[in-house]
Amino acid sequence: MAETATHEHAAHHTSTGLSNNKLGMWLFLGSECLLFGGLISTYMLYRGRVGTGPTPSQVFDIPFTSVSSFVLLMSSLTMVLAVSAAHNKDDRATTLWLTITALLGATFVGGQVYEFTAMYNEGLGFSTSLFASSFYTLTGFHGVHVTVGIIMLMSLVGILNKSKVPGSRAETVEMIGLYWHFVDVVWIVIFTLIYLIPV
Amino acid sequence: MMSEDTTTKQHGMSTAGYVRIALILAAITALEVSTYYVDFGPFFMPSLMIMMVAKFVVVASYFMHLKFDNKIFSWMFYTGLFLAIGVYVAALSTFKFFMA
Repeated sequence: MAETATHEHAAHHTSTGLSNNKLGMWLFLGSECLLFGGLISTYMLYRGRVGTGPTPSQVFDIPFTSVSSFVLLMSSLTMVLAVSAAHNKDDRATTLWLTITALLGATFVGGQVYEFTAMYNEGLGFSTSLFASSFYTLTGFHGVHVTVGIIMLMSLVGILNKSKVPGSRAETVEMIGLYWHFVDVVWIVIFTLIYLIPV
Repeated sequence: MMSEDTTTKQHGMSTAGYVRIALILAAITALEVSTYYVDFGPFFMPSLMIMMVAKFVVVASYFMHLKFDNKIFSWMFYTGLFLAIGVYVAALSTFKFFMA
C-alpha cells in the first residue's frame, strides 16, 4: 500500500486518487493492443500467401533482426533509468538517458529501413503478395510508433533543457516511458511470431 | 538527496535491479534466437511462446512498473490485451487458422 501511495503523489485531487494522465495513457495502451492484435492476426492469416514472390524464409535476416531486437530491448533499460533519474530530480541524468534511448530507437528504425530496402531489392514490394502487404503494414506501423516515440523523447529533452515542462516532470517522463516500453513489448511479440516461427 | 532504499521503495527498483532485469531479458532473447538454429523438436513452439510471454510480462511488470503501481492500471492494460487476444483468436478460428 505504501508503494502505491508514493506512486500516486502526482495525482492532484482527482476523484479516483490516481493521476488522470496515467489512467489515460494506460487506457490508450490497452486500446493499442487491439490495433496491433488486428495487424498481427492479418499477418498470421496471410503469411503463407506468397504468390510468385519471395517467401518469408528467403527474405528474413534473423541475425540482423536479432541485433535490432536487442537494441530495442536495451532502449527499454535506458528509458527506465531516465524515469528513475526524473523521480530523483536529476535533470542531467534524465536528459542523458532520454538521449541514449532516442539514439537506440533511431538505430532500430535505421535497421528497419535497411531491412525494408534489402527486401525490396530481393523482389518483395508492398503489393508483391498478401504476405508482403501484411508484413510491411505490421512492421511499418510499429516503425512509425518507434519514430513517434523518438520525436517525443527529443521534444522532451528540448523542453527539459528549457525547464518548460508543464506539471510534474517525473510524471511527464514516466508517460513517455510507458509509451516507449509498450512499443518494446509489441516488438517482443512481433519478433517471436513473425520472424522466429517458420511458415 | 534520497537514499538508495528510499529510491527503490518509491519507484520500484534500484538501478542495479533494472540492469539485472535487462540481462535476464537479453538472455531469454538469446535463447529465443537459438530456437531458430537448434532443433527443439516438439518443444519448439511451447518454449518460444513461454519465452515470449515471460519477456512481455517482465517488461510490463518491472519496466512499466505495473508490479509496483495501483492495480487499476494493470486491469486497464490487461483488459485491453486479453480483449484483443480473445477477439483475434476468435477471428482466426473462423478462418480455420488453427486447423492448418
